[in-house]
Amino acid sequence: MIKFIIKRLVALIPVLLGVTLLVFFILDLAPGDPAKTILGEQARPEDIAALREEMGLNDPFIVRYGRYMFDLVQGDLGTSYKTRDPVGEEVWARLPNTITLALTSTVVAIVLALPLGIIAAIKQNTLFDGISMFISLLGISMPVFWMGLLLILFFSVKLGWFPVAGADQGIRSLVLPSVALGFMHMAAIARTTRSSMLETIRQDYIRTVRAKGLPERDIITDHALRNALIPTTTVIGLQIGQMLGGSVLTESVFAWPGIGRYMIQSIQGRDIPSVMGCIIVFAIGFALINLLVDLIYGFIDPRIKAQYK
Amino acid sequence: MSSVTAEKGNGQVSVKKKSQLADVWKRLCRNKTALLGLVIVILLVLIGILSPIIFDYETQVIKTDYSSTLQPPSAAHPFGTDELGRDILIRTLYATSTSLSIGVVTVVVALAVGLVLGSAAGYFGGKVDMIIMRIMDIFLAIPGTLLAICIVASLGNSITNLVIAQAVSAIPKFARVVRGAVMTVRDSEYVEAARAIGAKDTTIIFHDVLPNSLAPIIVQTTLEVATVILSIAGLSFIGLGIPAPRPEWGAMLSASRSYIRDYSYMCMFPGLAIMITILSLNLLGDGLRDALDPRLR
Amino acid sequence: MSEDVKKDLTAEIKDLVIEFRTDYGVVQALNGLELEIERGKTLGLVGETGAGKTTTGLSLLRLIPNPPGVIVSGSIKLDGKDILSMSEKEMQDIRGKTVAMIFQDPMTSLDPVMTVEQQIAEVIKLHEEGGQAEALKRAREMLELVGIPGSRGGEYPHQFSGGMKQRVVIAMALACNPELLIADEPTTALDVTIQAQVLEMMKGLREKYNTSMLMITHDLGIVAEICDKVSVIYAGRVIEHGTLEDIFKNTRHPYTEGLFNSLPNLEDRQAELKPIKGLMPDPSNLPKGCAFCPRCDYAMEICKTQKPDRTYRNDTHYVECHLYNKDNIQEGKVKSR
Repeated sequence: MIKFIIKRLVALIPVLLGVTLLVFFILDLAPGDPAKTILGEQARPEDIAALREEMGLNDPFIVRYGRYMFDLVQGDLGTSYKTRDPVGEEVWARLPNTITLALTSTVVAIVLALPLGIIAAIKQNTLFDGISMFISLLGISMPVFWMGLLLILFFSVKLGWFPVAGADQGIRSLVLPSVALGFMHMAAIARTTRSSMLETIRQDYIRTVRAKGLPERDIITDHALRNALIPTTTVIGLQIGQMLGGSVLTESVFAWPGIGRYMIQSIQGRDIPSVMGCIIVFAIGFALINLLVDLIYGFIDPRIKAQYK
Repeated sequence: MSSVTAEKGNGQVSVKKKSQLADVWKRLCRNKTALLGLVIVILLVLIGILSPIIFDYETQVIKTDYSSTLQPPSAAHPFGTDELGRDILIRTLYATSTSLSIGVVTVVVALAVGLVLGSAAGYFGGKVDMIIMRIMDIFLAIPGTLLAICIVASLGNSITNLVIAQAVSAIPKFARVVRGAVMTVRDSEYVEAARAIGAKDTTIIFHDVLPNSLAPIIVQTTLEVATVILSIAGLSFIGLGIPAPRPEWGAMLSASRSYIRDYSYMCMFPGLAIMITILSLNLLGDGLRDALDPRLR
Repeated sequence: MSEDVKKDLTAEIKDLVIEFRTDYGVVQALNGLELEIERGKTLGLVGETGAGKTTTGLSLLRLIPNPPGVIVSGSIKLDGKDILSMSEKEMQDIRGKTVAMIFQDPMTSLDPVMTVEQQIAEVIKLHEEGGQAEALKRAREMLELVGIPGSRGGEYPHQFSGGMKQRVVIAMALACNPELLIADEPTTALDVTIQAQVLEMMKGLREKYNTSMLMITHDLGIVAEICDKVSVIYAGRVIEHGTLEDIFKNTRHPYTEGLFNSLPNLEDRQAELKPIKGLMPDPSNLPKGCAFCPRCDYAMEICKTQKPDRTYRNDTHYVECHLYNKDNIQEGKVKSR
C-alpha cells in the first residue's frame, strides 16, 4: 500500500511538470508588460527596462520557466506584481478557507446524495424516485452562482438567517456557500448512485444472494451498495475536481475569502504570478484528491487492491 | 482491394444504421422526458435564430435608457428593466443566440480535434496512444473551469478566446470518449476482417470504426454543449466571459447582484433561462443515451 | 393414474403460467408447466435456450423478477406446502435452506467484493445455529468438500478460475444441506474437462446427502449420466416426460426426436446431423395450436389450430402431440435411434 502511494506520488511529478509548463505557457501569452504593471503607466522607460532586467523578463521562455520551477520546488510561488508580497503567503493564508468550504460541501453532497440515490433506486419508478431525480436534474442544471444568489435572496435578504457574504460569522457564514456548492454535486452523485444501484441490483450475484434467503435489506447494504459504490466513488472524485472550479464561483458570490476569490481579484489586477500560484495549488489539490479516490477504491474493490501491490 | 472491403462494410453499416436510427427514434419517442427536452431544445434554437432578426441590437438590446431604469415587471417590460433601463426579456431572449451559438461552435471545434486525437490514440494504440493520452492527462489534471479561466485571463475576454478556452478544456474529454469507443470497436471481428483484406488505416477508421462508436460520442456532444454554456455563464459571472454590452445570462446575473436587496426580479429570469437550457440539454442527452444503448436502461 | 400410490414429492409444480410484461409486449414464459421431483431423485429439464428452463428453476425459489415477471396462475408446492401463498419471510427461510440453486454462469454469480468464505458463511449464518466463527469454519469445510483448500477461503472470486468459482457456488448451495438442489446448466460455462469433474462431484455429493435435484440442461449427455427422469420443455410447457428409458429408448415427441438427431452419433459417424429447423417461436406471439407446429416435420392441419392433449404411454411416460392417441401410443411414430 505504502509502496503504491509512493509510486503514485512519483507518477504525479511528470503530470505536475506538464501542468506548470502548460499554465506558465498560457499565462506567458498575456499581453502587457509586467514591469509597466508594477511601476504604473507614468513610469520612465529606463526604469521599466531596469526592472525588466532585474525580473529576468528578457530571458528566453525556457529559462524563465526553469527559474520558476526552481523556486517552486523550494515552496516559493513567486512575488505578486501588485502587493510585492510572496504569492505563497497569500495563498497559504486563504487555503484553510477554501479547504473548509470544499470539505463541508463534499459532506453536504455525499450525505444527501447517497440515501437519495439508494432509495430512488430501490423504489424505482415510484413517486419518490420521480421527485428525487427531478430535484437532482434541477441540481445539475442550476448554475452554482445562481443557486448562491437565490439562497442569499431567501435566507439572507428575506429571512435574515445567514449573513449575505464573508466568513466572519463562523458556521453561520459557512452554511449557504456549502449548500450552494454541495447541492450541485449532490445532484450528480445521487444520479450516479441511483443508476449504479439499479445496474448492480440486476447483477447475477445479487440473484445468488437472494437465492440464499438473505432479507432484502441486507442484500442492499451488504452486497448491492458495496458494489454500487465503486462507480459512485469515481463520480465523487470527478465531482470534487469540478467542485474546485465551482468554488471559484461560489467564493465570488459569497465573497468567501478563499483562493478562488483571490484568483479572480488577481486576474482583474493582471497579477500573473498570483494567478499562476492559485492554479498550481488547485492542480496539486486536484491530483491529491484523485490519488485519495484511487486509494478508497482499493478499500471497496479487492480487484483493484490487487493491483496496488 | 481496400475499396471492396469499404463497400462491403459500408453496405452493411448503412442497412444496419437505417433500422438502428428508426429504433433509436422510436425509443426516444417513448421516453417522455427526453422528448420534452428535445422540444425545449428546438424552441431554444428557434428563439436563438429569431431573436436577432426580431430585435434590433443597437436600439432594443444594448441601448441604455436612463428614464426607465430598474422597473419591476410590467406589461411594457414583462421581465422588468435593468440598471441601465434595458428590457430584461429582450436581453434574456437575445442571449439565447449568443450562448447557443458559442456552445455549438465550441463543441464542434472540440469534437473535431478530439475525434482526430481520440481515434488515432484508440486505433493505433502503443506509443501514439501513450503520447496523446499523456498530454490529454495534463489538460485533465486542471479542472476544466480553471483551465478556461486561465486561458481567458491570459488572452483577454473576446468571444474567440472564449471559444478557444472552452474548446481546449473540452478536447481531452472528447478524446477520451472517442478513444474508448474506438478501442472497443477496434478489436471486433469486422474490423479485423477489413484489416485482413488490407484496407488502409484511415479507411477503416472512418468507414468501419467511427460509425460504430457513434453512440457515446453523440451523448457526450449533447452533454458538452450544456457544460460549455454553463461554463460561459460562469466565466461571464466573474467578468471573464462575453464582453459587455452584449447580453449574456451569467453577466446579467452578475449585474443583478448589486440590486438583489430591492430588485430581486433581476436575478430570476436569466438564471431561469440558464436552468431551462441546461435542463433540456441534459434531458435530451440522457434520453439519447438510453435510446442509443437500451442495455443501460 | 389417480389411484396411484401417493408419491413422495419434494417439489410439485402444477399448471404454472408465468408472464413477463414489458413495454414491448407480454412474453409467455411458462404456459401451464407441470413438474414433479421425487425425493432423492434427479429430474432433468431439457430444452433449448428460451424455453423457460431458468424461469422454472427461479419459480421454485419464488425469485421471478417482478416487475416484469408475473405468476398468473398455477401452484408450486415444496414438501406439499404451497409456496405461492407464503409470506416473504417464510420464503427467505426456504431459500438457501430447503431449496438451493446453482446458477449458470459462475463468472458472475459471486459477489466480487466479498471473500468466498464469507459468501458461504453468509448462508450458513442465516439458516443454522451458531455464530460467525462457526459459520466460517463450516464454510472452509464446505470448500474442502468441493476440492478447494480451505486456506483459500479468504480470497476473492477474481482470484479463482471458472471451474473453481463453480465449485464455490456449489459449496454455497450445499452448505445447508438443502432438500432440493436446482442446478441451472451448472457446467455450460466451463471447459469440457472441468465439466466432467464438476458433474462427477455433484453426483457424489447428491448421493452422500440424498438430495433431490432439478438438473436444468440442454445437454442430453448430462441427462443420461445423472438424471432419473426427464421432462422435455418447449415454449414454457413440458411436451414429453418419462424415465430415462422412456425418453431415450421410446422417444415419442418429434421435438425430442429432433434433440436427439442434433447430437452426433458416435457409432455411425457417417450419419448426417439433423438439426431442428427454425428457431423457438417468439414467446410474445405463440402459435395458436401446438407451439412446435411451425418447426415440426410431422405437422398436420389440426396442429395449427388445436393444442394437443396429454397421452400416456405408461405410468411414467406421457407426451403432448397430435400424432398420438391411446390406441397408437405404444408404437412410436418418430424414428427412434
